[in-house]
Amino acid sequence: MTDIAATAAPSTQTPTLPARLAKGFVNRLVIIIPYLWLLFFFLIPFIIVFKISLSQTAISMPPYTPVLDFSDGISGFLAGFRELNFDNYTWLTQDALYFNAYVTSLIIAGISTMLTLIVGYPIAYGMARAPATIRPTLLMLVILPFWTSFLIRVYAWIGILKPEGLLNQLLMSLHIISQPLVILNTYTAIFIGIVYSYLPFMVLPLYSSLEKMDYSLVEAAEDLGCPPIGAFWKITFPLSLPGVVAGCLLVFIPAVGEFVIPDLLGGSQTLMIGKTLWNEFFSNRDWPVSSAVAVILLLVLTIPIMFFQQAQAKAQEQGR
Amino acid sequence: MKSLGSIRRDFAPWNDPNAKPYIQFDKVTKKFGEFTAVNNLSLTIFEREFFALLGASGCGKSTLLRMLAGFEEPTAGRILLDGQDLRGIPPYKRPVNMMFQSYALFPHMTVEKNIAFGLKQEGMPGPDIEKRVAEMLKLVKLEQFAKRKPHQLSGGQRQRVALARSVAKRPKVLLLDEPLGALDKKLREETQFELMDLQQELGLTFVVVTHDQEEAMTMADRIAIMDKGEVMQVATPAEIYEAPTSRFVAHFVGNVNMFEGKVAEHTANATRITGATGAEIVVDNGGKAAAGSDIVFAIRPEKIKVSSKKPADAVNALEGEVYDVAYLGDMTVYHIKLDDGQIVRASALNASRVTEDPLTWNDRAWVSFRPDAGVVLTR
Repeated sequence: MTDIAATAAPSTQTPTLPARLAKGFVNRLVIIIPYLWLLFFFLIPFIIVFKISLSQTAISMPPYTPVLDFSDGISGFLAGFRELNFDNYTWLTQDALYFNAYVTSLIIAGISTMLTLIVGYPIAYGMARAPATIRPTLLMLVILPFWTSFLIRVYAWIGILKPEGLLNQLLMSLHIISQPLVILNTYTAIFIGIVYSYLPFMVLPLYSSLEKMDYSLVEAAEDLGCPPIGAFWKITFPLSLPGVVAGCLLVFIPAVGEFVIPDLLGGSQTLMIGKTLWNEFFSNRDWPVSSAVAVILLLVLTIPIMFFQQAQAKAQEQGR
Repeated sequence: MKSLGSIRRDFAPWNDPNAKPYIQFDKVTKKFGEFTAVNNLSLTIFEREFFALLGASGCGKSTLLRMLAGFEEPTAGRILLDGQDLRGIPPYKRPVNMMFQSYALFPHMTVEKNIAFGLKQEGMPGPDIEKRVAEMLKLVKLEQFAKRKPHQLSGGQRQRVALARSVAKRPKVLLLDEPLGALDKKLREETQFELMDLQQELGLTFVVVTHDQEEAMTMADRIAIMDKGEVMQVATPAEIYEAPTSRFVAHFVGNVNMFEGKVAEHTANATRITGATGAEIVVDNGGKAAAGSDIVFAIRPEKIKVSSKKPADAVNALEGEVYDVAYLGDMTVYHIKLDDGQIVRASALNASRVTEDPLTWNDRAWVSFRPDAGVVLTR
C-alpha cells in the first residue's frame, strides 16, 4: 500500500514526507481494524476456551482449576501453568459417545447441505432468470423470514410436524394417509428444520453467481448442438460452482454445531455434537470437557476448509 | 466495359432467375409485446453468399439473425433454409452456427475445448475431433494458444477463437453478430479481409449483422439496409452507394448532398429539375419520376468538382462561396455555400502534391457535376 502511494506520487505532485507517512498510516489502519476485531472476538476467546480445555473440573467459582492469575506472583502463575494437561482430550477418545456425536453431526450436516442445495439451486436459478424488474422483490422474499426470530420459526415447525399437527391434519383430511405420520423427534424433522432455516444462506450465494453469468454462454452451447439439459450441466453448473461451494460451506459449518434444531425437532434420542456440548456445559457443569469438545469441533471444521481453500486458490492460480 | 462502382468478385446469383434461394425470409414478423421488431419482411440469401444486414441499433437486424439461429420464433411468416421450414426446430438442431457479439467463449474451458465443444455434441470420434481442432487452430493462427483459457487472450485472439468455434462444425450458414465490434480500428480492418478469405476458403454462407457501413461495404456481396424492422434496399455495396433507391439509404450510407426540387420536363435523354430556390439541374437518369412531381436529387461529395471559374463544358454548375475547407491529406473536403444558402459538400482527391486551383475561405467558387453523377429519388 505504501509502495503504491510512493511510486504513484512522482507522476502528480510530490507530497511531503509527513503527508506520505500519514497516508501510509491511514492505509494500514484500515487493514488493522478487521484484524483487531478477529483478535478480540475470536483469537482471545479461543485461547481462553483452549486454556479451560486443558484444566480440571472443580466445584468452585469458576468451576475449573487451575485459575491462572498473578496473585501469587510469577511463580504462582508458572505453578498453575504446569498443572495444565491434555487429559480431557484423552477422555474424549476413550468415550465412544463423543466420536459418535461428531460423526453423526457431520453426516447430518452433510445430508442437510445436499438437501438444501437441491432445494436452493432451482430457487436461485429461477430468481436469476426472472425479469430484472422483479428480482429485487424475489430477493426480499428470500430474506424476509430472517425478520422473525429463528427460535420462533423452529418452534412453529413443531406445530406443523407433530402427530396432531397441521401437516398430518391436512394429509388425513385429504385421505392420503389414515394414520398420522411420525415426523417430529426423528432425523427427518432435523433435516426439514435445517433445510428450512439455512435455505437463504444457500440461495443468496448461488443467486449472486448465477445472476452475473452471461446467458449468451448457454445460447452459444445450444447453438453448438447442445440440448438445454446438457448445456446446464456443461456450462451453467460448472460456472456456478463458486456459489455452490460458498453456499454449502455457509450451510454445512453452522449445521454441524447446530443445537436448537436437533433439540427442538429431533427429540432426546438425537446425538449431535451441539447437544452433547450443551449437556456437558449446562447439565454436567464440566467446563473443561465441553471446552475440549468445542476445540475439537473447531479443528474438525477449520482444517478441511483450510485445505479446501488452499486447493481452490491453487486451481485459480493455474486458471489465471 | 462500364460498371456501377467496382466489382468485388464474379458472383451474382441474385441476377440469375434460375438460382435457387438458400435462405428465405417469407413475410416474417416478430413482435415483442407491443413492439414490432421485424415487420412483414421478405429476404432471399443465396448459397456461398456473404450477406450483410446493416442498420442502426434497434432496427431489427439482430432479431432477424436470432430467428435464423432459433433463439426467437417468428410471430408470423416462415423462414426456409435450403428448402426446409425452420419453424419449431430448436437451436441445437439447426445446421447454422453463430458467432456472438460478446464471443460467448466458455470461460472454464481452454481454447481447444471451446473449439471442440460443438464437435463433441455431434458425437464425432475423438481422433477426428483432435484433427479438426488442430485444423481450426491453424486456420485462425492460434496453434500456440490451444491450452490457454479465454481470459488469458487478447480481444483479437478471443475473436478468432469464437470464429474457429463457430466454423468448426462446418455449418451450412455462419451467423456473425457484430463480429468486429469489439476490436480496435486497425485490427478491425485486418480482420475484415481475413473473414472474407475465410469465407472463400470454406465456401460457407455468411450472414453478418453490423452497424458499421464500412465493414458491410468491405466484406459483403450484398447488403440489406434495415430501418424500423423493414428492409429499405437489398443490393451490392456499389449499388447501395451509387444507386440508392430512397433518401434513407442515400443518407445512411456515406455522405450525400440532397437538392429538393421538382421535375420540370423530360426530354429525349435528359430530365430538367428546377430547385426550390431557382437553381436548375440536368440529369440523364431521372426517367422514373413523373413530370411535375416533387423529388430529391442526391449526389455524393466526390462526384462534385470545385473550381474558381465556371467550367466551360459543365452541364450543371452552381455558384457560391467557400465556407469551410478541411484538408485530410489524401483528400480535401470543401463546404460551399451556394447563393441560395444551401451548403454543398464536395471532396477532391489530392492526386498531386501541388494544387493548381487553390481555394480558401470566402473565395467565390463554382461547383459542377456531370448529368450522370447523382440520382433522382422519389421517396
